[in-house]
Amino acid sequence: MTTTTDLVSYEDALASYDPVMGLEVHVELGTKTKMFCGCSTELGAEPNSQTCPTCLGMPGALPVVNAIGIESAIKIGLALNCEIAEWCRFARKNYFYPDMPKNFQTSQYDEPIAFDGYLDVQLEDGETFRVQIERAHMEEDTGKSLHVGGATGRIHGASHSLLDYNRAGIPLIEIVTKPIEGAGARAPEVARAYVRELRELIKALGVSEARMEQGQMRCDVNLSLRPHGREKFGTRSETKNVNSLRSVERAARFEIQRHAAVLNGGGTIIQETRHFHEDTGSTTSGRVKEEAEDYRYFPEPDLVPIAPSRAWVEEIRSGLPELPLARRNRLLAEWGISAADMQSILNAGALDLILASIDAGADAASARKWWMGELARSANESGVPLDGLAITPEQVARVTELVSKGDLNDKLARQVIEGVLAGEGTPDEVVEKRGLKVVSDEGALTTAVEEAIAGNPGIADKIRGGKVAAAGALVGAVMKATRGQADAARVKELILEKLGVSEG
Amino acid sequence: MPGITREEVAHLARLARLELKPEELEHFAGQLDDIIGAVARVSEVADQDVPPTSHPLPLTNVMRADEVRPSLTPEQALSGAPAQEQQRFKVPQILGED
Repeated sequence: MTTTTDLVSYEDALASYDPVMGLEVHVELGTKTKMFCGCSTELGAEPNSQTCPTCLGMPGALPVVNAIGIESAIKIGLALNCEIAEWCRFARKNYFYPDMPKNFQTSQYDEPIAFDGYLDVQLEDGETFRVQIERAHMEEDTGKSLHVGGATGRIHGASHSLLDYNRAGIPLIEIVTKPIEGAGARAPEVARAYVRELRELIKALGVSEARMEQGQMRCDVNLSLRPHGREKFGTRSETKNVNSLRSVERAARFEIQRHAAVLNGGGTIIQETRHFHEDTGSTTSGRVKEEAEDYRYFPEPDLVPIAPSRAWVEEIRSGLPELPLARRNRLLAEWGISAADMQSILNAGALDLILASIDAGADAASARKWWMGELARSANESGVPLDGLAITPEQVARVTELVSKGDLNDKLARQVIEGVLAGEGTPDEVVEKRGLKVVSDEGALTTAVEEAIAGNPGIADKIRGGKVAAAGALVGAVMKATRGQADAARVKELILEKLGVSEG
Repeated sequence: MPGITREEVAHLARLARLELKPEELEHFAGQLDDIIGAVARVSEVADQDVPPTSHPLPLTNVMRADEVRPSLTPEQALSGAPAQEQQRFKVPQILGED
């Protein structure tokens, strides 16, 4: 960056202005084929190997809409508490840019398939914020450009561009919020929480993996400021293609600070698109926004209208899975944990892993304990996401099973997990190879207990005298003698038994 | 009812990336005005009870199953490209952004 942007502090910005946001999220559907033709959507194919006359925009080629694309759009609409249109059409959005070989994008204009909904999102402190949904409509993705001759693939300074149309035509659902007002200083947090909740929702519906790092879900952040007490919105900027949760929050925060600086200086905000820069957390000017009329939308003559029957809509509604917020609230109650605990589980990306371990036979408390304790720590230290660790939910379930059967104690279980993470094999293989078994041979344990008592007569006397708490020292001695492989609870029982004391 | 002005035609030409000479603008503005005038007569006939139509066939919900069909080969896809590089369509420098 050669120019620096004037910013005012976040606190000062909020003291003078009230932020209003509009979020537009694009989700790439996980259909097998494109929206309007039978070309595969598989990632990683060689350039231009997944195209046909339709998605290349050849004269005379006719599009036919993907039924799963429509169904997915309805699912998303219903999950967002939207009305589903009884009749709607596709429209051509005309523009000249080589990322669409047709010179238009097939989209929806004034007849979206879903409209007027809401999504409740939870903030860090457990507070719920309702985000109103304006619409969710269907459209198609564009091709990928490679800019040659400039610095690191940027358009600036490029001599020419190379186009791969494999992505052109992949189904997209664009979800647009109504203006989000009243969030105040929490606006950036609301933006992040909204995108996260939407991502969880999309994943739960099974319509897309919604991986933001792969561009399957991306967010445009519209933001404007108005002086406190004014009804009318200020001029907005639109920060395009923000593709991580953290970036959504940072982009909103940066724009609040930038707008405030411009307005404080007596300037006016230009309505324009802006680019977000991951490295600096800042935005820079893109192009000045074209007026909506300039796209010359008109109904797509090559596609017939979509009129989802109410019976079909109700059938889809009845088949919807339990939605993430409802599921989290249910689990919260079932597990007896606090909203803050649930928030940490979410932040750690542990919920699905914990549930998968429970499905594989672990009890809820143990599954939570391992994923949020040992494993979260390990993921943190090695800088990988929790689901990137070299251990499966099933393996974690097996470890908890070995603990509950008394074959392992917690200390040994930690070693087993360490072994699995180090690539030493399955939990059972690690147990075998490292010889990690709780000593349950009563004879060997009894000997170790007797030795511990004999070696610590002073402590033994205290225990005999009723200081049961002192038994801990003897348990420690036995654990040491058995290299941690004894069942501590059983050791304590044996010690008390030998000394003729009962607990409590 | 007003038709289309010369300025509007110039605007459309710019959006369509067409370079039109002043006499061409004049020429097309006249032609387009006639066309729009002819189309406008249809709305005189169509009353409130006639729904706007974007398609001549009275069909809805024509969909296809989500099944992969063969694509063109990259060679076929690129066969009509004026220029190509790295198995991609090569286009001139894109201006006006970034």
